[in-house]
Amino acid sequence: MKIPLSWLKEFVDINIPAEELAHRLTMAGLEVGEVITIGGWENCYVGYVEKVERHPNADRLNLCTVSTGNGTQRVVCGAPNVAEGQKIAFARVGATLIDVHTGKSATLKAAKIRGVVSEGMVCSEKELGLGEDHDGILVLPEDAPLGMPLTDYMGDQVLDLEPTPNRSDWLSVLGVAYEVAALTGTKVHEPEVFYPEEGNPISSQARVFIRNPDLCPRYTASIIKGIAIGPSPRWLQERLQRSDVRPINNVVDVTNYVMLEYGQPLHAFDYETLLRSNIMVRRAYTGEVMETLDGVTRVLNSSHLVIADDRDARALGGVVGGIDSEITDKTTDVLLESASFDPTNNRQTAQAFHLRTEATIRFEKGLRPGLPAVALRRATQLIQQVAGGTVAKGIIDAYPGKKGDTSLLLTSERIKKVLGVEFPMDRPREVLTSLGFDCREEGPSALRVTAPYWRSDIAIEDDLVEEVARIIGYEAIPTTMLSTPIPANEPQTLRNFREEVRDLLVMEGLQEVISYSAVSLDMLKRARTADDDSSLLKVANPMSGDYQYMRPTLRASLLRTLASNLSHQADSVSLFEIGRVYLKREKDLPSEPETAAGLFYGPRSSEGWLGSGDRYDFYDAKGVVEALLRQVGVAGGFQPSDDPFFHPGKAASILANGSLVGILGEVHPLVQESFEIDGGSVVFFELNLEKVFEAVPQERRALKPLARYPSSIRDISILVDSSIPAARIQSVIENQPLVERVLLFDAYEGKGVPSGKSSLAYRLYFQAADRTLSSEEVNKSLAKVIGLLEREVGASLRGGEEVQG
Amino acid sequence: MKSEGFRQPFIAQGLYMTSPDLAQTIQEVRDKALEELQGLASEEELESWRILYLGRRGRLTSVLRSLGSLSQEERRVVGAQANQVKALLEESLAQAEGQVKESRIAGLAQEEQIDVTRPGRSVALGRFHPLTQILREICDAFVAMGFQIVEGPEVEWDHYNFELLNIPRDHPARDMWNTLWIDYRDEKGEQPMLLRTHTSPMQARTMERMKPPVRVIVPGKCYRYEATDATHEWHFYQVEGLAVDDGITFADLKGTLYEFARRIFGADRRVRFRCDYFPFVEPGVDMSIDCFACKGQGCRICQETGWIEILGAGMVHPKVLEGVGYDPSVYTGFAFGLGPERIAMLKYGIEDIRLFYSNDLRFLRQF
Repeated sequence: MKIPLSWLKEFVDINIPAEELAHRLTMAGLEVGEVITIGGWENCYVGYVEKVERHPNADRLNLCTVSTGNGTQRVVCGAPNVAEGQKIAFARVGATLIDVHTGKSATLKAAKIRGVVSEGMVCSEKELGLGEDHDGILVLPEDAPLGMPLTDYMGDQVLDLEPTPNRSDWLSVLGVAYEVAALTGTKVHEPEVFYPEEGNPISSQARVFIRNPDLCPRYTASIIKGIAIGPSPRWLQERLQRSDVRPINNVVDVTNYVMLEYGQPLHAFDYETLLRSNIMVRRAYTGEVMETLDGVTRVLNSSHLVIADDRDARALGGVVGGIDSEITDKTTDVLLESASFDPTNNRQTAQAFHLRTEATIRFEKGLRPGLPAVALRRATQLIQQVAGGTVAKGIIDAYPGKKGDTSLLLTSERIKKVLGVEFPMDRPREVLTSLGFDCREEGPSALRVTAPYWRSDIAIEDDLVEEVARIIGYEAIPTTMLSTPIPANEPQTLRNFREEVRDLLVMEGLQEVISYSAVSLDMLKRARTADDDSSLLKVANPMSGDYQYMRPTLRASLLRTLASNLSHQADSVSLFEIGRVYLKREKDLPSEPETAAGLFYGPRSSEGWLGSGDRYDFYDAKGVVEALLRQVGVAGGFQPSDDPFFHPGKAASILANGSLVGILGEVHPLVQESFEIDGGSVVFFELNLEKVFEAVPQERRALKPLARYPSSIRDISILVDSSIPAARIQSVIENQPLVERVLLFDAYEGKGVPSGKSSLAYRLYFQAADRTLSSEEVNKSLAKVIGLLEREVGASLRGGEEVQG
Repeated sequence: MKSEGFRQPFIAQGLYMTSPDLAQTIQEVRDKALEELQGLASEEELESWRILYLGRRGRLTSVLRSLGSLSQEERRVVGAQANQVKALLEESLAQAEGQVKESRIAGLAQEEQIDVTRPGRSVALGRFHPLTQILREICDAFVAMGFQIVEGPEVEWDHYNFELLNIPRDHPARDMWNTLWIDYRDEKGEQPMLLRTHTSPMQARTMERMKPPVRVIVPGKCYRYEATDATHEWHFYQVEGLAVDDGITFADLKGTLYEFARRIFGADRRVRFRCDYFPFVEPGVDMSIDCFACKGQGCRICQETGWIEILGAGMVHPKVLEGVGYDPSVYTGFAFGLGPERIAMLKYGIEDIRLFYSNDLRFLRQF
């Protein structure tokens, strides 16, 4: 919303600079995006064309004698419309104007044009930066004062306002004027509305029937006959243009002008097109058809409110007019409408037809029914003023939805409760009165307040509290710390656990990433995670196809992250993400389990002169998962998995307390290929943190006493079938009572080992809590372990027993 | 070692020496030993020297052994002399050994010198995403003021995201939040499921669950149907705050948020509160801090205004309180919402919000 300061000044005295005003409005809630200056022309004056002669050396150029009050100048002018007796904008040598060829500012110099010296310039709109018109010079009104600096005559400042959606009145000069008055201590003077009503009584010329008062509580109308349609006078066009409204013709321009002034949209019908002069405000019939002003034929139904004559819909009430009753060059009689419409219905209709007009952005905010009659009279006055004609006697005022004004009680107690500061009630009273509210005292500490007819945003007492606070200024309210009791602590266990996991993964050397929560079906297909979208949570209006489904896994997100980083030469990559996945549920919100996932790719240590060249493999991911589970106190188990995302021989389900909590493995080579990741394998893990958390022992972690006696160490090397999982061998060994810890320190298949067999070397730590074990005890226990291994997993001892100190 | 003693017959002669002779011998052994020690340069030579003089059958040891043949008086005098010499020789040996070791290790400078300017063995350092860091910083600031952290669903009902926040269907204020809807229709044919457009639905959810006093902050992801550019993302985080009780005022709102700004942006920060509109608060507030880059003088970061908007806030609207069954004539409170991306961008000089979710390691590794 742009409002020229000159227009605002008609409504309210402004005694501070525009920038200061802009600041105060902004602080009070009406943000001023910019103060646009029009003018600032130096060495430019209102001039008078005394004489126009032919240029002696050029057919299409004229020599003009221009007076600026004190002396005359001779200038060369090529404009076809220059004529003797015109008031014009005259630029003397030294003026800064827009160069129409370059579009940039340039200083005007004296120049010889075809042998004749030109001592200045008669300016076009474009040269003054006022518009695009360069077909001719700008002709000023006859009453423009000769010799007045042009900036004084037609310069202006325009406030570019960004009103909040609750304030329909900030879409009007009137509303902003009251704001200015309250903030600067001045008074608003609304324009005096008076015009002669010399026509026949309006009741004999038209009747209005409101069938649906719920959708149209008030409908006012006036009739002006015998008008002359034409362009609006310059002042009117200029104001509309400065408010970004395109001038059309004098009648339509007035409706727009008054809408900008009062915030009330109006509509002008060509009176003669209305059948039998009856106005029916009714719901449309299903299938009823109307062509709107934009040339589109609309098929209506009963949810749409129309303004109709005896037969046809003539306008979509409060949204857009119909083309058949449009004001044209031939229109002589006008029926002017100013009405109230239901905001919800208005908004629904506008959205249904994608018609967001200047009218609907006002009506949808719920204009007060006090506005239409005021605006109607103002517009009638202006139409008569700029288009002539005779105004019918009286106005039509159908007001079936009339209600009394509602008032609100404002107490000093409430002000103190909300703002934390007490005022004597004369301060709120002063503020509210300056904003146009009606205030009556009710005892020493309360006011009975009625909002003015242009304010539609005041519904409760706290709305008045805000009015008081914002006008006195938020900085006038004290700053205190909370003194109310702190609520009892509620443990946030899952959240804390998730953050602990985040810490652990960073400690383990992984880089955290955060990716978009939505993915495409194609990505999930490539990750072999979904074949179709039946199980996915779909976004109805996604940003793009890339983000159409809420992700059910972090797999696709992380592979894509890796691929994009590989495209700019990342070498060693180990990263993780903790985020939610979204699992669809029937008729309910999805579950959103917190999920941790990570991947490894490339050389284990970044390539360098010390780098070993080893690449990350399955056991890196496993090590990270194991360390994580160990640290949170969960005993994890691992079993081969056939999840199609992974390499068929290198994938494991992660179990805790017997239930599945995650998965890890080398990514399937074809999945990797589909993400365009080459040059080595990717290892990936994913954990459902809510499931892991369920497995975390809830009892407090108790300290295990430190060993007081030394342990004894024995190494054994065994030969087993390669099909025996290491976990089984491990558990056989660990189950021996004196074995405190066991470590697989070598595993070998190949030369020297029979095919189908693995050679495994274990280091066993024997320990007792209450004594130093004797060599005999240790050897006995070891022999038992070997016996068990032979019986239970078919192991054979390889190369005898090796014993260390 | 055992055989060496046999090759030193003259010590045996000493067994029959008298006290003056013995004293004389000790002097000679001493002088000889010290003289020989002068020329020794290796640890092996020093060891031979030690065995020769101080070993179990060494010269000085043998002399000491022969003390037994002297009278008690002589033994005392000569014994003391001999022990003195022993200590002297031991000390000299230690000194010589020290010198030899020093010079041997000094020699390593040649043989074993490494190039200390080569890069060290690389350590893969884990790092938190910058948003995790800023979210933790923000949460810590409020936790220190008695707020508790709660979280809620990202896929929400219209009811919580809008209705209970005083934003009914077909209210023009809905235009403030361009919504991403979930493709789901209920029995009435309506589309009530959405991606939350702010963390504010947790205001209602929290108040439904708790009785006052309430003092929570809600970090989490939010979504809006918004074209992305350097300052807009459709996918972003928000931190919501809510404090409700009997006796919480606008002045408390100002104090709490001022303290927050000081904790995050520095103790010398100034703040500015201006009126703004959000349907679920009344009065509504927009808080700015003075620009930390130019100290309020006006620069590119603050768009020449000297101020940077960092959050929206206000007193909880009585309708919101009523909606969750709180009596608005008894309870008041304030709520606020802030964007951690924006705060991170300001703090770290990040100029494009899209960097946060592009996961470019060249970006992430800088934090």
